[in-house]
Amino acid sequence: MSARDDVLSRIRQALGPDRTAPAEVARSYRGAGAHPATGAALMDLLVDRVEDYRATVLRCSPGDVAATVRAALDQGLGGGWAAGDVVVAPGLAQEWRPEGCDVDDDRPAVQLADRAASVTAVAVAIAETGTLVLDGSPACGRRALSLLPDCLVCVVTADQVVGGVPEGLARLDPLRPLTMVSGPSATSDIELERVEGVHGPRTLMVVLAG
Amino acid sequence: MTATVPGPARTFLGLPTAPRGVGHLRGDESFPDAARTALRDGQLRANLGHATSTIRGKRARVVAELPDWAELREAGRALKAATMARLDDHLEELERQVTARGGTVHWARDANEANEIVTRLVLATGASEVVKVKSMATQEIGLNEALEAVGLDVFETDLAELIVQLGEDKPSHILVPAIHKNRAEIREIFARTIPGVDPGLTDEPRQLAMAARAHLRERFLRARVAVSGANFGIAETGTLTVVESEGNGRMCLTLPETLITVMGIEKVVPTWRDLEVFLQLLPRSSTGERMNPYTSTWAGVTPGDGPQEFHLVLLDNGRTAVLADEVGREALHCIRCSACLNVCPVYERTGGHAYGSVYPGPIGAVLSPQLTGVEDNASLPYASSLCGACYEVCPVAIDIPSILVHLRSEHVEAQEKPNAEALAFRGLARAMSNPRLWHLAQRASRLGRLFARGRPTLPNALPPPISGWTRSRDLPTPPTSTFVESWTREHGR
Repeated sequence: MSARDDVLSRIRQALGPDRTAPAEVARSYRGAGAHPATGAALMDLLVDRVEDYRATVLRCSPGDVAATVRAALDQGLGGGWAAGDVVVAPGLAQEWRPEGCDVDDDRPAVQLADRAASVTAVAVAIAETGTLVLDGSPACGRRALSLLPDCLVCVVTADQVVGGVPEGLARLDPLRPLTMVSGPSATSDIELERVEGVHGPRTLMVVLAG
Repeated sequence: MTATVPGPARTFLGLPTAPRGVGHLRGDESFPDAARTALRDGQLRANLGHATSTIRGKRARVVAELPDWAELREAGRALKAATMARLDDHLEELERQVTARGGTVHWARDANEANEIVTRLVLATGASEVVKVKSMATQEIGLNEALEAVGLDVFETDLAELIVQLGEDKPSHILVPAIHKNRAEIREIFARTIPGVDPGLTDEPRQLAMAARAHLRERFLRARVAVSGANFGIAETGTLTVVESEGNGRMCLTLPETLITVMGIEKVVPTWRDLEVFLQLLPRSSTGERMNPYTSTWAGVTPGDGPQEFHLVLLDNGRTAVLADEVGREALHCIRCSACLNVCPVYERTGGHAYGSVYPGPIGAVLSPQLTGVEDNASLPYASSLCGACYEVCPVAIDIPSILVHLRSEHVEAQEKPNAEALAFRGLARAMSNPRLWHLAQRASRLGRLFARGRPTLPNALPPPISGWTRSRDLPTPPTSTFVESWTREHGR
């Protein structure tokens, strides 16, 4: 018998011939609509939660994204950066890109480690947990893009913000490679004291438009 | 906690438990012996006390923040119970979906088989190094030792796992394997073992984390093969999930050409929607955060993004034997948050090593003996005061105290000869049912005063079998007269 058939047959043996049918799962926890529906309160909640992770949020009007992305890079890289230090997702809106920046292509992923910062869009932002979700689409870029440069700038638009985890997951495609980002990389492995910045980007800048 | 009646003893189906001689589910000594050594280590107790009280406070704050925590917990419990009831169907669906998206699924009956599969897959790539994401399943089966035995270099990349690996130590906590080490001890390990480390390295946590970053960076960039575990495997879509903090997981899941994921069969969840429950329960219970910094999900292989070769190894290693026990199977619901360790008064004092298994603490005390068969971890079901704190904090409401009692009764029933304690209680029952015998016994107990030499309790070092009771409990010195004798003396009959 193959290992597969063996393991499956053990499970059937363990559960017995008259296994009980699984009970219906009551989903009485908060779903969609449990969070502030109004734009301003929802945006404020997102900002509060993202900043709690010691990430920085810069808010702007939808027409001001490019200037705010530049301001985020100034702050994240400490000023004095050149356009070539920054690599953006191939599908990032043209009008959001810093002039002359590098655009990710099909170079070997490890070469992205040479760049100081990356700029991407997000697929969804979950306010209650301060979570940005990148879904590997052209606007978000491949996973290595938001991982290797030490400073990550994410542009979030108001229509992408949802209240809680259930609403966020419902908007996502589980067949895509997803990365949920809640603050800069961190560890609590030394005396359970949180330290920001280990292997992932040590600086997370969020540009919230709208 | 609720008072519960122990369930029926395990129906013996002969399902194989985790094999001996491989992996890390069995200790070298019994829990009481190991605990006695641990309790003498003042540094260990100070480190654990500090760390567990910090994390308990964080968890309590973020759990209290959610008005629907009780509903989420109940949904988590019900989802796990429903999944186990159709575990075979969900695993077959997971296999179909992963395969349809370009992954390869392997099945492993036990630790030996899983180690063989992973070793073969790594060797086939021609790589000589493997980077690893922290994974309980691969610790359980002793994968590192198996890979090293064929000459491969294995690098743990989680900070705490790295501390354990560099210190040639053993993990002592599910979430923070180096919880027993404080910052000064970690600095000493790094200064001694990391080549080219800055000699001016201080014990500041940020500096230590940066030293780990520098040490591993180049390894991530040149890695060709990674091995991970999985927190959840979603049957309907074939999506695997890794929940982490540092980004080491993302490095391993993204940069190498080949990814091998070892997942216990109980980690399957039926639908994508089910994650909405577990992604709320897990981070708040484990690190006490609203959400952990990084959660990665992937389904098979994505062209142009991440590993182009993906293998999923589904591991039994005694899990089906646990599933066969109607009471004990709840232990398979565990999502490895470690909240039960952090609240346990026993764990807080002994630390994780005393449990002898990679699964320490309350959940380990119910999981390890079931995975190995209770005879191989017979002392663990007793490593608890049954206070019920573990059940209170468990995000999927595993009734650990009831399973502990169940396993104790199973262990006692398996004894061929009654032990000293059973004989003593049998004698006590007989004496208490006969007034003349009872008075005689009370008078005889006064002989115990000879050992006490005027102290209120008897010395711990009494001869066996009494020492089995007295070495961990205070036995009061018997009084000079019984209550009835005193009453008779003062009030007459």
